[in-house]
Amino acid sequence: MTEWILSVGIDVGTSTTQVVFSRLQVENIASSFSVPRIMIVDKRIVFRSEIHTTPLISPDEIDAEALKQIVIDEYEKAGFQPADVGTGAAIITGETARAENAEQVLSALSELAGDFVVATAGPHLESVLAARGAGIDEYSAHARGVIANLDIGGGTTNIAAYEHGQLLGTSCLDIGGRLVRISPDRRITYVSPQIVKLAASAGIPLAVGDQANAERLRTLTRVMARHLAMSIGLVERHEPHLALYTNEGKPLRSSITPTSVSFSGGVADLIDGPHHGDPFRFGDIGPLLGASIDEDSAFKLIQRHQATETIGATVVGAGVHTTEISGSTIDFGSGLLPIRNVPILRIPPEIEENPELLTLEISERLATMDPDHPEQTVAIALDGHSLRSFADIQRLAQSIIDGAKVVLEGPNPLVVVLESDRAKVLGQSLAVQRGRRDDLICIDSVQTANGDFIDIGTPVGAGRAVPVVVKTLVFND
Amino acid sequence: MNEQKLEEIVRRVLADLGAGSGADGATLAREIAPSADANLEISGRDLVRPASLPADVESGEVPDIRAVDYRELYNVPNAANPEEFKRLKRGTAARLGLGRSGPRYSTWALLRFWADNAAAQDAVFSDVNPDLLEKLGLFSVQTKCVSKDQYLERPDLGTQFDDAMIAKIKERCIPNPQVQILVADGLSSTAVEANVADLLPSLEQGLKLHGLTVGTPFYVKYGRVRAMEPIAEALNPDVICILLGERPGLVTPESLSAYIAYKAKVGMSEALRTCVSNIHKDGTNAIEAGAHIATLMSEMIQQQASGINLKV
Repeated sequence: MTEWILSVGIDVGTSTTQVVFSRLQVENIASSFSVPRIMIVDKRIVFRSEIHTTPLISPDEIDAEALKQIVIDEYEKAGFQPADVGTGAAIITGETARAENAEQVLSALSELAGDFVVATAGPHLESVLAARGAGIDEYSAHARGVIANLDIGGGTTNIAAYEHGQLLGTSCLDIGGRLVRISPDRRITYVSPQIVKLAASAGIPLAVGDQANAERLRTLTRVMARHLAMSIGLVERHEPHLALYTNEGKPLRSSITPTSVSFSGGVADLIDGPHHGDPFRFGDIGPLLGASIDEDSAFKLIQRHQATETIGATVVGAGVHTTEISGSTIDFGSGLLPIRNVPILRIPPEIEENPELLTLEISERLATMDPDHPEQTVAIALDGHSLRSFADIQRLAQSIIDGAKVVLEGPNPLVVVLESDRAKVLGQSLAVQRGRRDDLICIDSVQTANGDFIDIGTPVGAGRAVPVVVKTLVFND
Repeated sequence: MNEQKLEEIVRRVLADLGAGSGADGATLAREIAPSADANLEISGRDLVRPASLPADVESGEVPDIRAVDYRELYNVPNAANPEEFKRLKRGTAARLGLGRSGPRYSTWALLRFWADNAAAQDAVFSDVNPDLLEKLGLFSVQTKCVSKDQYLERPDLGTQFDDAMIAKIKERCIPNPQVQILVADGLSSTAVEANVADLLPSLEQGLKLHGLTVGTPFYVKYGRVRAMEPIAEALNPDVICILLGERPGLVTPESLSAYIAYKAKVGMSEALRTCVSNIHKDGTNAIEAGAHIATLMSEMIQQQASGINLKV
């Protein structure tokens, strides 16, 4: 039996805004002689919008009305209603995420986009989505070595490193093609604060109002390209480099040493030569930055892999690769789904095996998580591999009942997320011990980390599994 | 071969096994004893490399070489890309990358092969420990087979009961339950011993949650899948489930299956039975399988169907 979920991705970036619709094909891949395994077996992009320029009122303010209109028009062109959309993500990225009205715009967008569309922002998630959209996680699963994807957009460069399909780390720098803007009469109209500092420290005179000098700006983009090489450890990092990380973020761990690199984002299309034509044809330094990356000897030290998406990587990542499917033996009260933005409370594995400690840990963490609303819905996340016997499950259920009293006795449902395949028996044990099962969602085969948020959609696969979006907002912590 | 020579061979084989750690057999057995610890530190390489003889073979235990997880082991010397092979091996317990001696297995790999084969044979030829059955509160009945040998030679007898046995079943069991559960040795007593103690309470809990009445579970010695049919006719449950040891392979002797049928009858079509297979610690774990089977049986009762007629 085949089902399709319609997924939307909306990316509002520093320079461009894009919308992508895709269909996720969901199927039970297990034989009829075993426990079902419901999986996403195919992902197909069914509609791509044109690449719109992100409408801004000023560098610090998004034109919300114009943006809404873009989204409404694209839904119409694609022939979809918001109600058709089962999952997806709307994401504000790059410099635009720092706009004063970013948050309002995002919530307006997600209302417009459909019920279960995640509204999100954050440089780390953006790095992951871009790498997934560029096909790097999948590629790395079958390739040798560590691969770093650099998604170089208008405002930021989002880096994600993968090995064997596993994410090793992310980081984000304030380096992009549109951090210096140039008017048609070749005057500099905007220089981002970070670039002002960078130019000054490199001794490159640069000010708004100046005539745009290609040679001088090329000197600047060479410095920028060098910093990108530093960011993946191809060149030793020096002190001023550390100031370039977005939101005072950190570079990749120095133990991550990529053996190949891929590029996505708008600037990726400008890296490969020949580099002729007007360098200011886009009204920014994107073409110069692309050429500087091409010429930088550091990038020749490692293999180059061609990304499957370049300028569309983030929107494809948001639209096509945000949703996963839970395990197929799970337990949930009917009527509780979908549920959105549930904070993950991750229990350290060493505590999991001790029932008393676990009870204490859950109750203390709940009390400190949101002291004003300790009864709010949370997702208690456990590994669960240590649960081997039926008695182990009973003890765990008891610890959850005792520890999460404040939630279970309140009006909101409780979510339990296991990594290992034990959710159905745990859900049933909790239901039998408590005498009710209408306020509990117990799912498995989902990996989460503390600080994540989880969205759980309406069931698929004849009600056996649920689509899940884990929003990982913090890495490198 | 004289006794001294034989002893010498035993010493040398054990020396090979115990090499590397330089430990005597007992220490080694502790090190590689089956444990929950996935990070089994001892590697096959250590086990093959010849080193000093163990101090005292007589008093040491023979190490359980079956405790080494083949998924974690790669044993080819001077491999071009051992990391990649190791990574691939984590997905399979197949006998790959074990190294060799000329065109043959290394001693260690050959012994392991024999040991796995022996475990499979034991699974077939041993009986389920009566203490376990007692602990689980299962009484025992027996098919028309009188011995293991007959059970293996006469598959038909493993599905039939004589009249006295049917009378005993009727006497001991609640009639007309919604759900009847049976446990049978099938072709692996080891599978029953490894899984049923956790699967059964999980299954019963799930059935309780679904509000189903459960009959008196019991154990069928020398039982095949079709043994469920005369029992279903005797007790008339809506759904009957037999938990039975699968024919063991060289990877695991612990695999259990559940065969489930709605309104089972003698001679029913195989297509009308639903099967949940591969229940063991590296397949579907027993506790989760129990919860799943409970839901499956509840669906069967709702749909009044099983096997290919069940819509899932």
